Amino acid sequence: MELRKSYFADQRKDDLHEIGQPRPRSDSPGHVTGKTTYFADRNFPGMLHLKMVRSPHHHARIRSIDTSEAEKHPGVVKVLTAKDVPHNVYTILILIQIGPEDETVLADGKVRWKGEAAVAVLAETERAAQEAAAKVKVDYEVLPAVFDMDEALKPGAPIVNEYHGRNYYLYDSGECRKVRFGDVEAGFAGADHVLEQTYQSSPIEHAPTETTGCIVAPEGNDRFTCYTNTQAMFFTLDNTSIILQMPGNKLHFVGGTVGGGFGGKVDVIVEPIAILGAKLTGRPVCFIYSREEEMQISSPRAAEKVVIKDGVMNDGRIVARKVTGYTDAGAYSRHSPYGAQKGAGHYPGPYTIPNVWIDTYCVYTNRTPSSAMRGFGVTIGDFALEVQMDKLARLIGMDPLEFRFINAYRDGDMKAHRQPTEGAALIECMQEASRAANWPVAEKFMAMSSYAKGA
Amino acid sequence: MAKVPVQFTLNGAEKAEFIDSGTTLLHALRDKIGDTSPKGGCHQGTCGACSVIIDGELRLSCLTLAEACNGATITTTSGLSEGGVLHPLQRAFLDAFATQCGFCTPGMIMAAKVLLDHTPNPSREDVVEALSGNICRCTGYEPIIQAVLTAARSNSQNAA
Repeated sequence: MELRKSYFADQRKDDLHEIGQPRPRSDSPGHVTGKTTYFADRNFPGMLHLKMVRSPHHHARIRSIDTSEAEKHPGVVKVLTAKDVPHNVYTILILIQIGPEDETVLADGKVRWKGEAAVAVLAETERAAQEAAAKVKVDYEVLPAVFDMDEALKPGAPIVNEYHGRNYYLYDSGECRKVRFGDVEAGFAGADHVLEQTYQSSPIEHAPTETTGCIVAPEGNDRFTCYTNTQAMFFTLDNTSIILQMPGNKLHFVGGTVGGGFGGKVDVIVEPIAILGAKLTGRPVCFIYSREEEMQISSPRAAEKVVIKDGVMNDGRIVARKVTGYTDAGAYSRHSPYGAQKGAGHYPGPYTIPNVWIDTYCVYTNRTPSSAMRGFGVTIGDFALEVQMDKLARLIGMDPLEFRFINAYRDGDMKAHRQPTEGAALIECMQEASRAANWPVAEKFMAMSSYAKGA
Repeated sequence: MAKVPVQFTLNGAEKAEFIDSGTTLLHALRDKIGDTSPKGGCHQGTCGACSVIIDGELRLSCLTLAEACNGATITTTSGLSEGGVLHPLQRAFLDAFATQCGFCTPGMIMAAKVLLDHTPNPSREDVVEALSGNICRCTGYEPIIQAVLTAARSNSQNAA
């Protein structure tokens, strides 16, 4: 590998020796010898196992919950319902003032997606917990459900989440995140061609090899040590503190190596209820998702729908772009209002377009709540944008790589959300890609620079 | 619940335990004996993270009853290095950057060891086939395949 410092005039002058050199990973010796400690590689005497009773319905009112038979099951130590959770309604991003609180730790009166946790059973063995969970009787009144974002946004659609009161997240900017730059309608009017396309994606499950979980040990000093594979240690600690109404200094979170996360372990799901179980029983508690729970219960990447309308000139310039993005949050917000907002900033792509109009909606449906996954809010948008770029190039009969050179942002260009471009290296990357992929472009593009305007 | 005695050799050492009947070898190794190198990723025999070697054959410890292992000789990844010296497969995985999160690694190394024990000079296809029961969700398969091929080469050089 070669580091070409000539591209960047403001590069630091001292020589660096790491890039291009193999350096051993510090965690690899533990991995190859089986010595790396994952959260589940711990065992405490008297440890209880927690299993959830989950909703079989997509949307239902809970008329009653009867735990009496479960409590009598041999080996059962404690059965928890909503009334046991000190602050049962929460939302992860409340820590950065993104409310309202809209999700229950244990269902209280309603379930809004199939698989939602309703009752927690703590028992001496995993098997006893599983058997007892099957004996909990929940009386449901099934309600109409909505699974499609277009349907959810129609007037008269069933309201998924009463804490929002509408099937979309209300931003301070209104029903969607908005970017307005130039005059997009004038841009379309003056364009040689206008192309509008719709792109859609399904939810995607991370499926880490290690499932989500934690082990909690009550300490002698009224503190709780939580061994967890969370990817969001402090989010989890602070949210647990809110949910359990317990000062943070009572909570000792121990992370470590995560057996695959990919964004799927940033939600605050297993820790608060496991710590509550440990508090109420005085015993260590283990709550680990089964493989089925990991696939069906943990948040996937959101389904998205992206509508892109572009105005393009025969010489290759994109003169107007209008994007409407929809993110399917499922029944609860989790990280989705943020993901949808990221999309708004991202949708112009790495291109300089004088007229831009973007709306991104975070929509609620009765589906499994979605959350973070590898570039969420951006990845599906990039797929849509780059497919659209290829279609535009085809429309005007231009090479798709040359088409991107013409529109690539360069230092000093104003982006649609009004951040001036700096440190752009798109031109240089595409020049390298052109050489590496043996995809030649005209000499004038190979002479371009992200710094110097012209050509 | 009535306990059942089990006795087997694990990484060269005699082990004896009383277990609940029906306990899987994975649970017995991890929770009773304290060898946590086999990992539980699915507990239904699909991910390969729990792979161990029983009497020379690759086995999924999550689908093997501990009581069925009486008298067996069992090898896990934690028993591969000798006197602090890494096994050639461990060395190759380290050098080839064949680990990411590491959760699948012990199982991968077990599968690779059984392959090389039976087929000292495998083709790439042999390696792919041998690892086909082990899932790596960081999707680092290519370096893993290269590591196994490298270990095979270093073995045959040592033997020559």
